[in-house]
Amino acid sequence: MITAVLALAGFFISLYLWLWKVGFLGSMACGDGGCETVQLSEYAQFFGVPVAFYGMVGYLVLVVVSLVGLQPRWIDRRWPTAWLAAVAGLGVAFSAYLTYLEAAVIHAWCRWCVVSALLIVAILLAALAGLRGPGRPAPASTAAASHR
Amino acid sequence: MARSTNLKPFYIAFGALVVVGAGAIWLARRNSAPVPVGPMPVNTSSFSGWVLGSDSAPVEIIEYADFGCGACGIFTVLNAPDIKQRLVNTGRVRWRFRDYPIPSHAASPAAHMAAACAGEQEQFWPMHDVIFGNQSNWGRERRPERRFRDYARQMGLDMDRFDECTESQRYAAQIDAAKQEGVAVGVHSTPSFVIGGLLVAGALAYDSLVVLVERAEAAVRQ
Repeated sequence: MITAVLALAGFFISLYLWLWKVGFLGSMACGDGGCETVQLSEYAQFFGVPVAFYGMVGYLVLVVVSLVGLQPRWIDRRWPTAWLAAVAGLGVAFSAYLTYLEAAVIHAWCRWCVVSALLIVAILLAALAGLRGPGRPAPASTAAASHR
Repeated sequence: MARSTNLKPFYIAFGALVVVGAGAIWLARRNSAPVPVGPMPVNTSSFSGWVLGSDSAPVEIIEYADFGCGACGIFTVLNAPDIKQRLVNTGRVRWRFRDYPIPSHAASPAAHMAAACAGEQEQFWPMHDVIFGNQSNWGRERRPERRFRDYARQMGLDMDRFDECTESQRYAAQIDAAKQEGVAVGVHSTPSFVIGGLLVAGALAYDSLVVLVERAEAAVRQ
């Protein structure tokens, strides 16, 4: 549940940055202009696609996997959590690279990107904790079925 | 036996978060839409800004920018060449640059002064391009004036005139007037543009800007 909520927040941040990048939003709520500097830099695109778009897709995958993992059918399976950890791990690596670029190359900080980086780290930590933990509680419908 | 968890509250909270997120995006879209502004109080007898393009162009774009603003720099380096080639050079648009130095950018006033003093020798736009293109070199310097002198020298400006102009802060009042005019029409971030009576903020992509230009052209034709 935690990962679903965090991933949803990350999705909306990425969506916001992507919509700005493609010109749907006129100005960005950022404060000091750092977001625009970063978003307009040459590093804001990866293989010709805005970086925010990759973030959007990644977070959407995390939302879906998190919700799938909550369904009675898969609640006791480990693979949704393993998938979460894998996708979040990729996200953390990509975010670390982007954060390095902000600090060392672009010399500007995009606050939304920093929040997104923190979110993806939190998702990875939650997924890893889920993998190491004793197992998740089953939803009420599964528990009821097991009594029959 | 698995412990039971009621997911209903979670789904309600999740749905609420979806609504809040979508609402925030919608609000951001609404708040960043172009805002109509009144007739521009341009006093051309004192200082009309720096103009590029034909006097007979049907549409004028007024840009309020800060030489120390990263978004303005990237807009100038990445987007402006396209705009210049496809809109200004073709006679569709007249571009007017107006100074809007932001106090938190310590080196900006010197940059605006250097550009204005280059303008005195008909070299505003070359200096404008050099200053934006080298923003990362002078932006953090304690004494950026030395850089601007180097740029002026490389452009072949009369250095005595340039030095006299910058040291006397000859254009300080005009630069401040340009900024105050921006404040008066509602500019609060850079870059901002007035296009056909609409104020729009942000480093617009060419495609976004041309839509507003076409709208202004249609209004002129009517």
